[in-house]
Amino acid sequence: MAKTIIPIGPYHPLQEEPEFFRLHVEGEKVVDLDIELGYNHRGIEKLAESKTYDQIIFLVERICGICSTSHPIASVQAIEDIGGIAVPERALYIRSLIGELERIHSHLLWLGLAGHFIGYNTVWMWAWRYREPILDIFEQISGNRNHYAMMKVGGVRRDIEESDIPAIEKAVDDLVPVLDMFKGVVIDDPVIHARTKGIGILTKKDIYNYGALGPTARASGVAIDVRRDHPHAAYGLVEWNVITQEEGDVFAKLVVRVLEMYESVKIIKQCLKRLKKVKGEIDAKVKEIPPGEGIGHYEAPRGEVFHYVRSDGTNRPVRYKVRAPSYMNVPTNKTSVVGGTVSDATIILAAVDPCYCCTERTTAIDRNSGKKTLTGEDLIRLSQEKTKKVARELGLPLEGKLKAY
Amino acid sequence: MVKEGVLKEIKDRLSEKILKVYEKSPRRAYIDLKPADIPPAASFIFRDLKARFITASGVDTPEHIEILYHFVFDRLGKIISLRTRLNRKNPEIESLTSIIRGAEWIEREIHELLGVNFRNHPNLKKLLMAEDWPENKYPLRRDYRG
Repeated sequence: MAKTIIPIGPYHPLQEEPEFFRLHVEGEKVVDLDIELGYNHRGIEKLAESKTYDQIIFLVERICGICSTSHPIASVQAIEDIGGIAVPERALYIRSLIGELERIHSHLLWLGLAGHFIGYNTVWMWAWRYREPILDIFEQISGNRNHYAMMKVGGVRRDIEESDIPAIEKAVDDLVPVLDMFKGVVIDDPVIHARTKGIGILTKKDIYNYGALGPTARASGVAIDVRRDHPHAAYGLVEWNVITQEEGDVFAKLVVRVLEMYESVKIIKQCLKRLKKVKGEIDAKVKEIPPGEGIGHYEAPRGEVFHYVRSDGTNRPVRYKVRAPSYMNVPTNKTSVVGGTVSDATIILAAVDPCYCCTERTTAIDRNSGKKTLTGEDLIRLSQEKTKKVARELGLPLEGKLKAY
Repeated sequence: MVKEGVLKEIKDRLSEKILKVYEKSPRRAYIDLKPADIPPAASFIFRDLKARFITASGVDTPEHIEILYHFVFDRLGKIISLRTRLNRKNPEIESLTSIIRGAEWIEREIHELLGVNFRNHPNLKKLLMAEDWPENKYPLRRDYRG
């Protein structure tokens, strides 16, 4: 049979981020895959050489729009490793708290996208709807839904106010029944089984050879997790479990991510409890970074983020190396996609959760007064009114269901 | 299972090939080797001791192009970096991609950004930069001027 090439990318409706996958197919079967990247290369490593250590934390926060605190945590730890800087205990709990809140919203975002990629848009809408309360917590803590700017060499930049704790506790408590619902959706839904089981399989050997990371590795039974293996922040001070599955297919990756959110809830609740007791400084007030080299790594939602820094004793690094988890996970597609069908390729490509950026939102502002004319509630109300109108026109009995929402 | 004495095991195995060992902390060690000794050392650490390959860092210094190959023993929380220094005029080293598949991209990246030639690399084309980027212009080198 003749070989055909199906291009996905570099700019493609299936991808919110530019990357070029060239599928070589024979009929329905994918026989080879080329991956091209670099469409979004911003030269951050080079740029970091001209920034001070304080500025670098803000710079690396811009590497990713979703797991935006992962790079700063790895970065502060790399810089702290150069000078052997100790961080106050209260700051450690705040670091883990932020990290785990981020893991939840990142995993919910992926779950939504995964639903979308297999044409199951209900999962997409619901996952993203329940991601919002987490982003609201971030806005309450840091003033931003994303890019929280919480990390600092030697500690954190902002404290968690005692008065904020009940609201955070309530938000994560409210999340548990939602996670139960998603767990039901994932584990029992025959549509999801049909589309994700037995496809895109990565064996333990594949994970080891490619150096794959995070949920991608853990879904293939490789129990690596920087949070447990290299205890940092508060991860060695609280109780939680590393989630693994054995099958290595797309379904196993889904299950790992859903179950990991329960562990994140556990960690968050313990951190909040300790924050009520452990008072004191949140910043070691670092003045100088000595010459030398440092390595920092952190378990981002997608896997290990790795930073290597070399200092000559000035306030700028001479070399700043960053390795994101997708750099190791995306090449595994060459194994997982090849041999499957074209229709499965999209969800397999998405199963490693390649890094996407989505932090926009709508606010309507009156140009003259500068006041908001539409709030989030207004937008939901408008959307519901429109749906009701359409339902009336079509003679569909939708009213009761909308009220339940 | 990896034992706590993994660094000693590496030191015993590589013995006289080691130029320098620097144990920065219980969790971080740096081992300096000649370029020719990198492939057997990497193979020993990756295949026999089952370390995970994290990535490699290329660094331009006044005298050399340095490459650090970072390996981690996850259950011990220990990162071991193999360091080698290449001649700045003609930086060249054997590719590790045949031993470690996950090294393919980072070698391509170091090739285009720092101009290191990885001998016997299966696919040493551009990774991040445009296909028509001029030869002999390496953006991560100190002497690079836009």
